[in-house]
Amino acid sequence: MNKPVVGLIAGAVLGLIDGATAWFTPAVRSEMEGILMGSSVKGMVVGIICGLIARKVHSTAVGLAAGAAFGLLFAYLVAMMPEPDGTHYYVQIMVPGFVLGALTGFLTQRLGTAPASVRESKA
Amino acid sequence: MSFLPDRALDHLRDVTEVPDFSDTRYQLEEEIGRGGMGVVYGAWDTQLERRVALKVMDAGYVINQEAKLLAQLEHPGIAPVYDAGTLPDGRVYYAMRLIQGCRLDEFLRHEPALPARLRLFEKICEAVAFAHNRGVIHCDLKPQNIMVGEFGEVFVVDWGVARAVDAAPLPTAGTPQYMAPEQSSPGRPLDARADIFALGRILRDLMTNPIPRPLAAIARKASAEDPADRFADVQQLAADVGRFLDGLAVMAYRDTVPERLARFWRQNQVLLLLLGTYLAVKLLLYFLAPALK
Repeated sequence: MNKPVVGLIAGAVLGLIDGATAWFTPAVRSEMEGILMGSSVKGMVVGIICGLIARKVHSTAVGLAAGAAFGLLFAYLVAMMPEPDGTHYYVQIMVPGFVLGALTGFLTQRLGTAPASVRESKA
Repeated sequence: MSFLPDRALDHLRDVTEVPDFSDTRYQLEEEIGRGGMGVVYGAWDTQLERRVALKVMDAGYVINQEAKLLAQLEHPGIAPVYDAGTLPDGRVYYAMRLIQGCRLDEFLRHEPALPARLRLFEKICEAVAFAHNRGVIHCDLKPQNIMVGEFGEVFVVDWGVARAVDAAPLPTAGTPQYMAPEQSSPGRPLDARADIFALGRILRDLMTNPIPRPLAAIARKASAEDPADRFADVQQLAADVGRFLDGLAVMAYRDTVPERLARFWRQNQVLLLLLGTYLAVKLLLYFLAPALK
């Protein structure tokens, strides 16, 4: 399994889990379907990007940093969209998104097969 | 009647023992060492202009069995044989690579770290495994018969009592401390596990305090009294040592639950920290939800 596919799967699963935790916020329970969908797609996008980076650069530190950065970015793009009542959940979306992005980046570095021409860099 | 003094006798003995290489291409230089089967000298090969080691077997050896065995064992960890012949006095000799380095027991006095010792041990196992694959068992493995080169290369030397697998051992072959019990049983055929016994003893010699329990278990298994309880072959022994070096579970030792958990933590630190951070963040956000509104 190549690294972008690993990223896709890991991102989707982690995104789904993260979205599911929204159930503990009663105010958004009515929108669970959209949250789950959006969170999974966000995770998949971050995962594919991390997987593509992992194909080029074999470094745990780079994977963690890239995953955290893209996780934060896409979480921000999602958090920018207001709830029907106008509320934004910046902290609730971006902080977990940051951590899960790092986790996705880590997994894409450790799992999956890289092409033979991977450039080694110090972790 | 007068007798020669002891000093004169010793000198005469030395002179008569010194082999005569004048009809060969070798110029004898100095004695390097002595074993039960012969003497090793440093010499100069005048044809190829290089230093070599010359092993001169004791009188009585007609067929140079050791040279023939070594000639079949072409491996980086086994000194190659260049030449063999017979001296005018009838003693057989063979020329082989001169190893620049020291014996393993001398090397250990420099107190190298355990990982370095174990990597040396893996190289010893590679050479021995190669010999076993060619149907040859050493029968006298010990630190004094392992040479460590200047750049960390390892050579297994002194194959004077080496035997084919399933052959009966020589009556006085081996060194007691490293000799498998079956080696001292007259007429009992030997197999590769006799060398595994010796390797287990060598591994024990390599260990430093505190001795890790998995490593002690590997050495114990290798040097079990009953051959059936030892590793089946040298590759398994080397693989277990390799697993220990990689921080993985070894075949010879069953981890306790705390040890397994500790290993799981060591191998998955980053992953566990990230998962722990995520859970902590989620819990914090859950309890701080009213304040964040």
